[in-house]
Formats: sequence, C-alpha cells, structure tokens
Amino acid sequence: MKLDQVCFRTNHLSPSWTLDAYRQVGGYQVLENILNNKLKPESIIEQIKNSALRGRGGAGFPTGLKWSFMPRRLPGDKYIVCNSDEGEPGTCKDRDILRFNPHQVIEGMIIAGYTIGAQTGYNYIRGEFFEPIERFEAALEEAREAGYLGKDLLGSGFNFQLHTHVGAGAYICGEETALLESLEGKKGQPRYKPPFPAGYGLYGRPTTINNTESLASIPVILQHGADWFHELGTPNNGGSKIFCMTGHVNKPGNYEVPLGTPFAELLELAGGVRNGHQLKAVIPGGSSTPVVPAEIMMGLDMSYDGIAKARSMLGAGSVIVMDDSTCMVKALQRIAYFYYEESCGQCTPCREGTGWLYRVVKRIEDGQGKQEDLDRLVDVAENINGNTICALGDAAAAPVVSFIKHFRDEFQYHIDHGRCMDNTA
Amino acid sequence: MTEMVLTGPKQTLFTEQLRLALDKWIAKYPRGRAQSAVIPCLHILQEANGGWLSRAIMDALAEYLSISSISVYEVATFYSMFELEPVGKHKISLCTNISCMLCGSEEILEHLQQRLAIKPGETTADGLFTLKEVECLGACVGAPMLLMDKQYHEYLTKEKIDALIDEVQS
Repeated sequence: MKLDQVCFRTNHLSPSWTLDAYRQVGGYQVLENILNNKLKPESIIEQIKNSALRGRGGAGFPTGLKWSFMPRRLPGDKYIVCNSDEGEPGTCKDRDILRFNPHQVIEGMIIAGYTIGAQTGYNYIRGEFFEPIERFEAALEEAREAGYLGKDLLGSGFNFQLHTHVGAGAYICGEETALLESLEGKKGQPRYKPPFPAGYGLYGRPTTINNTESLASIPVILQHGADWFHELGTPNNGGSKIFCMTGHVNKPGNYEVPLGTPFAELLELAGGVRNGHQLKAVIPGGSSTPVVPAEIMMGLDMSYDGIAKARSMLGAGSVIVMDDSTCMVKALQRIAYFYYEESCGQCTPCREGTGWLYRVVKRIEDGQGKQEDLDRLVDVAENINGNTICALGDAAAAPVVSFIKHFRDEFQYHIDHGRCMDNTA
Repeated sequence: MTEMVLTGPKQTLFTEQLRLALDKWIAKYPRGRAQSAVIPCLHILQEANGGWLSRAIMDALAEYLSISSISVYEVATFYSMFELEPVGKHKISLCTNISCMLCGSEEILEHLQQRLAIKPGETTADGLFTLKEVECLGACVGAPMLLMDKQYHEYLTKEKIDALIDEVQS
C-alpha cells in the first residue's frame, strides 16, 4: 500500500513544513509552469475533473466541477476561500496538513485563484488551532518573500493576495455559507442556497470554497497528472485520502492511503482494535455519518462509493472505531448533545429538534426511557431531516436513525432494564 | 500593562500597540469591510484584557470598526472562545466529544475537577484556573486532549494532568 503520496508527501523530511522542504518534493514547480506558460484555466479545470478529485471536507462533490461554476470572466472581485474550520468530531487531518505541509495549501490556493479568476484568497482556520495558524502564517511569509504572492507573480501579470482568517469556536462555520458569514464578521448562520457561492459568495461576489485537503491535492495532481492521481484511487474516487483513525485502536493516527483501501487493511495499519477487545461498530466519516456495525464494515472499501454501499458516508474520512465495551446509548447521547450545543438556532426543526433528541436519548441512558421513546426519536429525527437551511439538521438526524436501526436491542434493553447490557460500560 | 483607553476619539482608543495589532488585521479585508476583522480583533482584545471581554471593550471595538455595538455583541456571544465574564489566569478546555470519550475523557474530567476542586464553568479560588468542557477541538488522534491557553496537550493521563497543574502552581 502506498502511503503519504499527496498531502503528507513532505512527512519524511525534517522539518517538513519549510519552503526548502516543499521545494525538495517539487513544490511550486507546477505554479511556476502555469505562470511562465500562461496555461489556460480551462485546461487546468479539465485535468482536475479527470483526476476524479472529490471534496475532502465531507460532501465529496467533484472539485473540478465546482471550479467550473465560477464566472471567471465576470469583472470585479472574486474570491477563493480555504475551509480549515475543522470541527466535525473525529476529524483532525487539516490540522496536520497545516502543521506539516502548509506550502502545499498555499500553492493549491494560488493555482485555484488563477484558475477561477480570483485575486484574493482567505484561509479560514479555526481559532483554537494556534500552532497551525502560526505555521501557516510563517509559510505565507516565506511564500511572499519568494515572490509567489503579491503583484504580477513571476512577471505573469497575475496578482494574488492570500490571508489567514481565524474563527472563534463554532462547528457551524464549517458549513460553507456560515463560514462566509463569519468571514464577513457576523454570526455563523448559514445562508439559503441558491444562490450558491459561485454566484453570490463573500461580500456578495463569486466565491469558491474548498477544504484544506482538497486544495493541498491540487499541486500534486497537476505535477504527476490527472491519470496518475485517478489511478491511485478507484474509478470516480481519485487519489488518496487521509483517514483519522480514532477511538478504540492501538495506534490512533492520521493515515494517508489510496481511496479504495479495504477497511480491514486500514484498521491493521492503525494497530487493530484495542487489545483484548472485538470490533463492535464504526462511524466511518465523522459523527454526522451513519454508524456501521462491525460485520458490515469489515467488508467495505474506504472510498466514497464503497462506504455508500452500507448507506453511510465517507465524509471527511474520520473513522471512529468502537469496540465491544462501548455502550451505544451513551455514545449516541454524546453525539446528540454535540448537535444540540452547536445548532445555530436559525431553523426551528434543528433548534428545537436537536434538544428533543438529546433529552430523549439522555433519559434512556439515565434509565428513565419510555416504551414509545425509540419511535419518538426516529420521528423527531425524520422531522428535522431535510427541513433546515443547512445540513447540520441532517447531520443531527443521521446518527440517531442509524444507531437505533442497527442497535435497537441495546436501546430497548436500556428502556426495559434501566441499564446497559452486561458486556458494555 | 498600559491601561486600555475605551472612550474618546478612534485614533486614541485602546493602546498604540493594540491599535497596530488591530490595524494589521483590518488591512487584510477590502476597503469598507472592517467588520470582517471583528473576530480576530476580539481575540486580541480578550487576550490583552486577561482573557475576557467587557461591554466597554466591545463598545470601543464597535466604535473603532465603525459598526454598531450589537454587531460586536452578537459575535462575542455566538462563538465559544469568547468570555464575557472574568476568567482564571489559565483556561483549561477539555474535549469530551466522542473520540475523546472513547479514550477516557470522563476520567480525565473527574480528575481535573478533583485536583482543582471546581466544576466545568468555574474558576479556582486563587484565580489560577478556569475549567471548561468543550466540543471537538480537532486533535482526535491524540485523545483524550485539552487546550490550555494556546497549547494542545494530547494523550492525557492523570499523571500528565498532575504534572501540568503542578507546573503552573509552582
């Protein structure tokens, strides 16, 4: 299995985050080639499309297609925004990209700006990421000094400025339109779509927002070719992906492996399930993706289409591993609390419904559950799902529905006996 | 520390050093879009004020950015990193979300509460520590973890917590 082929390609160098290190793996050569030969933006978009790169933030939308929506010839300001507001429980890959290979994000953003016709970029980094912010800022300084940022880059006539922006603790700002509101200095409350950001984005101007890992993949795709990247993964699931292996594994960590890698191999890479325990269930893509029981998970491949077979999602590649000591009621209670806490309060089904979900799961966990509670939970979840401006509502509903679907016995046992089944915490 | 100036003409607000820091952020956004700098500016002012934001500071920032006071209040109250009451000298934010919970954050929280003799949301009597229970901080592979001031501490154990607190107290 090929490891660290894309975003972590400087990891073997020490330190890995300097301009020197990045140049050793061919960094900024792609950008120089684009600027020196004035490559056509259309041809760059074509290559990104052919690479089958899909958005690494969770939605899996084809990046090349997203770029093609930008009205690049429209006069006036246009923006490229990098979403480094990493906050989906279980996800911690962008933090490591920013800490260990920040120049690749910068090069990806400059290329994106050139391609979509944006002269300004912002990297929105979550406020708690003090160390990644410092690394990214230091890399920006190096890039500026090397002439990769500013006016008339390398004599090409292309101007590009790139700035760090910081958040202040709000999960909802990972949603792209909430992020734009936050970047405008407001509460992070999502906007209606349409209009999509490509038409009406930052300050009402055309804007493209991509995840950190997506943007950091761009220079590698253009350096080695769309086919190389596509073939690293599987059809329609190009490239490699960083998987955050967390929870009950012996060697938790961020592992960058080709898309399509069997889950069993990825689990082995992370040292297997905690010693003395058996795998019980996996949340494959972050807390908002449906939970998958062990026996199904062990047969899946880690790709967007592979995980979809089990009616779950690859999401941000945040693999939360739970062994046989896990109480599924308690796990769901914690996840339900999260969405209740982080709901921005704009839409009634989410604002009220997430509170209902949390309180009902909590009373089941506390031994106060009622017979009708399981149907009530599913009913509330289904009334949130699809009825809100943004996907946080759906994200709150999905864990509830899937936990009850796959582990109904355990929830029922809690209601009947007021405690866990014998083998769980 | 120089006392912050919170009333009077814009060009004399805060301190000269703080104005320089705020202006550096404001310069990142297009002309007329100074409101974009409200979050970074609140971070700077909160740090300069011992970890929390008073209403007078928020009003002064509104004046400085030429926006309404309510525009600053609604941001300060929406985001979890901003404190609207005085806090301890060191703020400990412990993640108890799913990956950290699976790796024992409950025991860590219990231990922190015992050691500091406070509950989440409270400050120790000596004013040294404020304890907060927070949502995912994006370091799940190092679970359980916490943020103290600006530093992440990962793979927490009771011993590590003791060492961390001892170091501050000594």
